[in-house]
Amino acid sequence: MQLTGSEILLECLMEQGVDTIFGYPGGAVLNIYDALAKYPNNIRHILPSHEQGAAHAADGYARATGKVGVCLATSGPGATNLVTGIATAYMDSVPLVAITGNVPLSLLGKDSFQEVDIAGITMPITKHNFIVKDVKDLAEIVRKAFYIAQEGRPGPVLIDIPKDITAQKTEFQSAKPYQITRKTGTITDQAITRAIQLLKESRRPLIYAGGGVIQSGASAELCQFAERLNAPVSLSLMGLGGFPGTHPLFCGLIGMHGSKTSNLAATRCDLLIALGARFSDRVVSNVEKFAPEAKILHIDIDPAEINKNVQSYHYIIGDLKSTLKKLNEKLAQLELPETSEWQKQIEDWKLRFPLQYKDDSNLKPHYIIERIYALTEGEAVITTEVGQHQIWAAQYYKFDHPRTFISSGGLGTMGYGLGASIGAQIGRPDKRVFNIAGDGSFRMNCNELATAVEYQLPIIVVIMNNRALGMVRQWQDLFYDQRFSQSSIDRATDFVKLAEAYGAVGFNLTSKADVDTVLQQALAAKGPVVINCEIDQNDKVFPIVPPGAAIEDLMTE
Amino acid sequence: MSRHVISVLVDNQSGVLSRVAGLFSRRGYNIDSLSVGETENSQFSRMTIVVRGDDSTLEQIKKQLNKLIDVIKVVSLTSESSVYRELVLVKVAADDKTRAAINDIVDIFRAKIIDIAPKSLTIEITGDEPKIQAFIDLMKPYGIIEMARTGLTALQRGDLSITNNNNN
Ligand SMILES: Cc1ncc(C[n+]2csc(CCOP(=O)(O)OP(=O)(O)O)c2C)c(N)n1
Repeated sequence: MQLTGSEILLECLMEQGVDTIFGYPGGAVLNIYDALAKYPNNIRHILPSHEQGAAHAADGYARATGKVGVCLATSGPGATNLVTGIATAYMDSVPLVAITGNVPLSLLGKDSFQEVDIAGITMPITKHNFIVKDVKDLAEIVRKAFYIAQEGRPGPVLIDIPKDITAQKTEFQSAKPYQITRKTGTITDQAITRAIQLLKESRRPLIYAGGGVIQSGASAELCQFAERLNAPVSLSLMGLGGFPGTHPLFCGLIGMHGSKTSNLAATRCDLLIALGARFSDRVVSNVEKFAPEAKILHIDIDPAEINKNVQSYHYIIGDLKSTLKKLNEKLAQLELPETSEWQKQIEDWKLRFPLQYKDDSNLKPHYIIERIYALTEGEAVITTEVGQHQIWAAQYYKFDHPRTFISSGGLGTMGYGLGASIGAQIGRPDKRVFNIAGDGSFRMNCNELATAVEYQLPIIVVIMNNRALGMVRQWQDLFYDQRFSQSSIDRATDFVKLAEAYGAVGFNLTSKADVDTVLQQALAAKGPVVINCEIDQNDKVFPIVPPGAAIEDLMTE
Repeated sequence: MSRHVISVLVDNQSGVLSRVAGLFSRRGYNIDSLSVGETENSQFSRMTIVVRGDDSTLEQIKKQLNKLIDVIKVVSLTSESSVYRELVLVKVAADDKTRAAINDIVDIFRAKIIDIAPKSLTIEITGDEPKIQAFIDLMKPYGIIEMARTGLTALQRGDLSITNNNNN
């Protein structure tokens, strides 16, 4: 069958089971959009306000569903607008395929109108990228791109297609997608036996789990593993939802904004079992003082993560779910050591150092999150922007299910959340989606409200409005002698009117007594809702580990 | 910080050199030299990279290289088990008085004079690092006008090749 490059692209997307793409048209992708108009029933196209929104939406869609997110942009500025979104996905290992148009082959390298070397630009923020130089290669490149995005440790892949390629015709034959198999070849019996030995010897084990649990779909196995060992579980920000937040073994976040229990446990444990986590500086803080008494058992799919930031005592490379299954099988037949003293210690810390805030009569962000949790019965998908509100959401919503906490962990991208919530809501129409935002972050990309309204997505945006770049202000308050340099943003913006101007519903929330009523009204509304919550500028995120300190030395107020 | 020679088999794709070079610069790995060319199979290129770093840096470099999709195989080539060669072109100031003496040194080093001009000689020398260094040191007093080096290239000794070598 002779097809144009544009048709081949769409056929290949359908081969991969893509039902939704997030894109924005322009000169270099006119042919693709023309073909899309002829395939309207097969692929749903979501048109955002800005290409950055498209990238974040594709990312949110991927995180919420576990499928590959796809975004599409024109050359030049369209392509560069994707960059922050691609980098965000890269840092958090999100499977994404970004497709960009480019100027025709003959104009490449000539500083042509809207030409940019997007492959060069995205080299350090993609797993791989392709420039299609021959229409005959296109189908195979798209298939490879989807394979690479999902295989092993997932990540974004970019395909740059010159305009003439999208018009040229060639023979097309459909094919099955490359199979993504779990990486198990490196999980040797020897490695398992040694890990079991460590588990048998440990009297004070701590599980530190990250986003790999979610990527690998290993939540059930993790639960079984933790319960069998009776080991406390701490999660990185990326791991939230990978282990139930309501589970008695759950200790909360670990690291910079970790619970005191997690951070003390990491410091006192004799075995730290790191599962699909990468010892980011946001977790480890001062490397010398991190887990000083522990042997580290590191299990991860990416060999390059082993011994990168901390030295492990033993490691297993491979798919986490498969590894945990093997460990669980072995553990089932074993006599395990007595760890009741350690369990008592953990319980004692939990009782003495619970997460807490001053629950006075003022409107507190923590309280709002707790009420969202209660009213949604823990079943919502929560996306966030970046800042204090992000950490409050992470701490006070108890995430019981994987893929329900969607946040930019590695890159820390303000402006991520709204786009991500759109993607998440489209991917999970059965779920209530909240985007927890700060006023600063929301203002960055609030243009996507127009998109949420257009597609009538019932997203609820909760702006924790402290009239400040709160997290920056908090650092200046605590560590810069209260010199509040450029962190006050007491602007004239009326977020309710802004919401209404976009065609959304807006609420002001100023008192604690109104929280439930407003949330219930928001939940009952049809389209998107913005709730502007007036909170105090001086509300802070605690605990916090001061820069350079050991994680046990955290400030709790 | 010790010196390591790594040999990298890559897909002969455009962009692969910048992927590898970009990886080194953005992760702060120090490259002494990098040489690249097609292999016996024109589908593949082989890069020989000389890096400085401790053993854990070397381990990271190899793992990060292995993550690049275009990279097929990475091996360390240790000095005991490999042959290293570099080709250097040196233009040395020479006149009637010094030409013969330079020629003697060239002979001893089994180098080659490949161009003669009234005031200079251009010499081609190949060898491993110590030999090249010794030769350059001996040429310095005559005045080196300019010099170009290819960077080190290397192969494993014996019957092993990069594709059946498991020392990665
Ligand atoms: C794109 C981007 N620019 C700057 C920063 C640095 N930064 C981190 S948190 C923060 C303040 C966020 O303010 P806001 O969205 O109002 O949230 P709050 O901390 O007040 O909850 C800033 C500026 C960032 N993370 N991302």
